[in-house]
Amino acid sequence: MSEIPRTVVDIADAVATKQIKAREVVDHYLAQIEARDGEINAFNIVTADHARAQADAIDAALASGEKVGALAGVPVALKDNLCTHGVPTTCSSKILEGWKPPYDATVVSTLRGLGTISVGKTNLDEFAMGSSTENSAFGPTRNPHDTSRVPGGSSGGSAAAVAAGFAPVSLGSDTGGSIRQPAALCGVVGVKPTYGLVSRYGLVAFASSLDQIGPFATTVTDAAVITHAIAGYDPMDSTSIPKDVPDFRSAVSAGVAGMRIGRVTDLPEGAEPEVTQRLDEAFIALEKAGATIVDVQLPSFSYALTAYYLIAPAEASSNLARYDGVRYGMRQQASDVNAMYGVTRAAGFGDEVKRRIIIGTYALSAGYFDAYYGKALKVRRLIAQDFDRAYSQCDVIMMPTSPMVAFPFGDKVDDPMSMYLCDIYTIPTNLAGHAAVSVPFGTGAAGLPVGVQVLAPALGEVPMFKVAGALEAAQGGK
Amino acid sequence: MPDTGSSITPADVAKVARLARLDIDDAHIDHFTEQLAKVLQHFQDVDALDLSAVEPMTQAYPLVNVLREDVVQPCLDRQEVLSAAPDTEDGRFRVPPIIGLTE
Repeated sequence: MSEIPRTVVDIADAVATKQIKAREVVDHYLAQIEARDGEINAFNIVTADHARAQADAIDAALASGEKVGALAGVPVALKDNLCTHGVPTTCSSKILEGWKPPYDATVVSTLRGLGTISVGKTNLDEFAMGSSTENSAFGPTRNPHDTSRVPGGSSGGSAAAVAAGFAPVSLGSDTGGSIRQPAALCGVVGVKPTYGLVSRYGLVAFASSLDQIGPFATTVTDAAVITHAIAGYDPMDSTSIPKDVPDFRSAVSAGVAGMRIGRVTDLPEGAEPEVTQRLDEAFIALEKAGATIVDVQLPSFSYALTAYYLIAPAEASSNLARYDGVRYGMRQQASDVNAMYGVTRAAGFGDEVKRRIIIGTYALSAGYFDAYYGKALKVRRLIAQDFDRAYSQCDVIMMPTSPMVAFPFGDKVDDPMSMYLCDIYTIPTNLAGHAAVSVPFGTGAAGLPVGVQVLAPALGEVPMFKVAGALEAAQGGK
Repeated sequence: MPDTGSSITPADVAKVARLARLDIDDAHIDHFTEQLAKVLQHFQDVDALDLSAVEPMTQAYPLVNVLREDVVQPCLDRQEVLSAAPDTEDGRFRVPPIIGLTE
C-alpha cells in the first residue's frame, strides 16, 4: 500500500488489518517533519528513534498474531507540558531545559497502552501562558497556512503539527482557550473536555482549577475517538470525575434533529466581520439539519476575561513556586538560598511568566486578597449561573472561537491586554468547568481559517460532538 | 478594603517580586508596572458590580475529600528523582547555606 491514510481511524484500521505497516506510517510522518518543521518549528524535540522502534514492535506483534491496542500505529504529537518518562519536558521554558521526568502523564501512558506512537513534544507559550506561541524560550511556531502569522496558543505547536500533516492527532492543554484558539487559527478541530473528564496527572500545572487536556485532529470523529481514549477516572488526579464515559464516536454522525442550539444575543462585540458571517452560516446549516435556534443571554460573560486574568495568575503564582532551583531544572549559583531562588527564577522565566507571577502574587497578597481574588471568584460564580440559566433553554451554545483569524508575529506580544482579548470567547467555559470544541468553518480575512465554537454544559460531550459532527457534515466533511 | 481603582506602583511591583523570589531590575519593574496597571484597570468594571450576595466559586466541580487506604504503594525511583536535581549529597537535595553565613 503506497497511500498513507491521514486520519486516526483509517490508520488504526489499515495497521490492524495489515494493509500497511506501522513503520511505513511513522516513516511518512517523520519525513513530513524532516521536510518542513525547520520552517514551522512545531516541535521542541522529535523522538524519531523511539517512534521507529515502537512501530517495529507493533509490526512484529501483528506478524506473530499477538493482539495490539485499538489505536496501534497512530502517530501522536504531545504538548511539551505533558510529562514523558525519560524524554525531555521543557514547557518551552529555560527553567526546565533538559529536565527528564521520572514518570509519564496518565494520558501519555494511556495512549501508549492503546498502541499510539509519540513522534515528539510540541512547542507552546512558556508554561502555557499566551495566545500566540511567541512566548517560547525556543522560538515561535509558525502557522502552516501563512508562515508570517502566529498559530495561536498556547498549544500552537500541537495545532500546527496537525495542520501541517506532521501527525494525524496531537494533545494540548486548555486553561483559557489554549486548545480551541490555536485550533481555530490553524484550521483543525480542537476539544476542551469537561473539567475532571481527563486526568491532569503529569500535566505541568498552570492554573489547576482551569487546566484540562484535549486533542487536536483533522476530523471531528478523530477528535471524539481521542477524547474518549483519554477520558475516565484516574485515582492519581483528585479532581478526576468518578463516572463512566459514554460513547462519543457514535454521537458525531447522530445528527442534530430536534436539538436546541443557543445563540447568545448579548455577546461581547469585537469579532471580525468574516468571523461573524461564518458563525451565521453555521447557524443556518444546523437549522437545515433539523435543529432549532434559541436566543439566550449571558449577561456576565464580558466580566469573564477580567476575572480570569486574576484567577489564573493567582493559581499560577502558587504552582510556579516549585521552580526554585532545588529539585529539578536549572540553578543559578548564589551565596545563600534566598539569593539563589531569586537569580534562578529571574534567569529561568520569560517576561509573560514573570508578569503573571507578579500579578498573581499581588492579587493574593495581604490587603488585596478580598479586593481582587475574592471578587474574581464571585464573578466566576456569576458566569456559571449565567450558563445554568442558558442551558435550561438550549442543549449547546454556539459562538466564535477566536475574534480574529491568525495575526502577524509581533502584533500583540508586548501589549498583554490585547493578547488576552484573543481568549474572550473561550475563557468562560474554563471558569465554568464546561466542555467546548472548535470546528473549522470556512475562511475569513486573507483566506485564513475560521473556527466556530460549540459549548456544552459539564459532561455534555455527547451533544457537543453531535453538533460538531453536523457542522463538519454541512461542509461536505467526513 | 483597598481601592482597586488606585493604580499599582513600582514599589508594589518591587515588593511583590521580592515575595515571589524574582530578582527584577528597575527598568523591568517600571515596564511591568505600566503593563500591569493596564490589566488591573479593567477590574474597575468588576468593582461596579454588586457582589455582596454572591458566593465565591473556587472549583468547577464540587470537591470532596479524596482518601485511599493507608497502604504502601509503588512510588518514584529515588535515584532517578535525585538525578534531575542541580545538586545532591548523600541521597538528598543540596542547597546553598540557609542560615549562619559568616559574611
